Amino acid sequence: MSLTTAHSVVAPSANSKRIAGTIIVLYALISIVPLLWIFATSFKTPPDSIAYPPKILFQPSIEGYCNLFTTRTRQTPDYINSLGPATGFCDETSRKRNMVIAGPSNFLPRFVNSLIIAFGSTFCAVFLGTLSAYGFSRFKVPLADDLLFFILSTRFMPPIAVAIPIYLMYRELGLSDTALGMILLYTAVNVSLAVWLLKGFIDEIPREYEEAAMIDGYTRLQAFWRTVLPQATTGIAATAIFCLIFAWNEYAFAALLTSGTAQTAPPFIPTIIGEGGQDWPAVAAGTTIFLVPILVFTILLRKQLLRGITFGAVRK
Amino acid sequence: MLNRTAENVARATPEPLARKVRGISDKGLAWLFISPTILLLLAINIFPLFWAIYLSFTNFRANRPNEVVKNLGFANYQRILGDQDIWIAMQTTAHFVFWTILLQTLIGFTLAWLIDRKFRGHAFWTTIILVPMMLSPAVVGNFWRFLYEPQIGLFAYAISFVTRIPPTDIQMLSNVSLAPWSIIIVDTWMWTPYVMLICLAGLRSIPEYIYEAAEVDRASNWRQFWSITLPMALPFIMLAVLFRGIENFKMFDMVNLLTGGGPGSTTEVASITLKRQAFESWRTGYSSAFAIILFVAVFGLANIYVKALNKVKQR
Repeated sequence: MSLTTAHSVVAPSANSKRIAGTIIVLYALISIVPLLWIFATSFKTPPDSIAYPPKILFQPSIEGYCNLFTTRTRQTPDYINSLGPATGFCDETSRKRNMVIAGPSNFLPRFVNSLIIAFGSTFCAVFLGTLSAYGFSRFKVPLADDLLFFILSTRFMPPIAVAIPIYLMYRELGLSDTALGMILLYTAVNVSLAVWLLKGFIDEIPREYEEAAMIDGYTRLQAFWRTVLPQATTGIAATAIFCLIFAWNEYAFAALLTSGTAQTAPPFIPTIIGEGGQDWPAVAAGTTIFLVPILVFTILLRKQLLRGITFGAVRK
Repeated sequence: MLNRTAENVARATPEPLARKVRGISDKGLAWLFISPTILLLLAINIFPLFWAIYLSFTNFRANRPNEVVKNLGFANYQRILGDQDIWIAMQTTAHFVFWTILLQTLIGFTLAWLIDRKFRGHAFWTTIILVPMMLSPAVVGNFWRFLYEPQIGLFAYAISFVTRIPPTDIQMLSNVSLAPWSIIIVDTWMWTPYVMLICLAGLRSIPEYIYEAAEVDRASNWRQFWSITLPMALPFIMLAVLFRGIENFKMFDMVNLLTGGGPGSTTEVASITLKRQAFESWRTGYSSAFAIILFVAVFGLANIYVKALNKVKQR
């Protein structure tokens, strides 16, 4: 210890750092290529998107985005020209470029469905999860361990396995293909994560705060509201984003239980068809728009990510 | 991971304060707080599960709700255990779980081990690596179909650029022997960051003084790796394997979008078989029995694994 400082004994050498850095940067660059490709494709014209060899340099176009959001039925440039003056940006673009519109797109309503269902179920899951987590964290609940394991075990089931009876149940109750049905379902799936994560966060808040509040004359409920909730805000926000990401990305239930009015974007995007096959620029545009919120959340969540993906079993 | 809850319950509310009843009693409040969650889970998870158990003993078909339902006893279960196709699907699933976990653990741990060196800019590049796992498997799987396209796709182009094999020969999705690998590649691309993140937490949890002591004892780097790094990170690696194992056992979205189980049934994993039986052939009773068998299998394997994990942790 006297000869070298404690740190230099185990600190990696500059050389090994350089090698490690190079490998990591290479891996990161390769793994991000598919996403950059999606982004690039969304700005290509349909012929450019299927050119071989793949075009890295191309004239950017927003045809993909126009085709994604158009409400016009399938039509040719001649037909569009016969309609009179162009209304709106997309009309002008399709006229200027002599685009062939592939058909009315349902992307916008599907995207709105995704928003409603993801935010609705997140709100419910976090609300129920916060209450339960507080209950498990602060009170003597009979069979608490078994109940917590039961809550976790609901995640072991393959979604397709529960989908059959849920499909039948929803058909009986008139909940099939409704946003309410999907919100209830995603809430049930997410509440397990919310309870486990939030219990970890609430366990970390010292009980002394509530005790002090209760000595000051607050009831337990007021103490929960005034002291615990404000302390748990960060944890609640992180939990909410994890629930949101799950509900936003979910595919299996959405594909099996919704077909029209309540369909979300994940099962819809693969069905975007254009002239003779998939309209890849439109698919890429839908994918890009769909991925952007998640990318923003990922960057915001970096520090909490580990907790969220392991149900709080691992803390950093 | 599950034992911790016991400790938390043990140090519950101090008695005198808990007894201070004003407004709602603590007991009432606990019940009030916990019951909505339990009721929701009973309605949307447990009730359907029991319904599925009931259906698994019948010949019910969801597309013919008016037909008389006959009780078949254990006939559905017997038929499943004797059904060749279902065993093939289970083998395919096992094959996927094995390869994805092996690749993800190897690559993920190596990446974590390299990032742990804290080179300049490591935080930024780690974030970049984490992006794929945050995306929707379905949306990403659909786009990988485009990348795999032999005539136009980037993947075939890149491979053919390196190997000089003509791109038309790189039929990732329609070639019987390549199709399973096309799914394994996407799954590994997507979920390696997940394993990496958990491994990184494991490596960061090893206290520095252990390495200092090993250095004083003049242990070689190799020796330090095998005697300190790996054993101390093992519980974390095992946790990652548990989570990935459960998820990949249930794998549906990626397979459904990339190959749909084909070509033939070469990539037909259990979830895809289940979907075909339940929502295409409408054999509701039969598929319910299969679902119950799958659930029991996941539950049983996960329980055995958690026991092993706890043993490793206590060492």
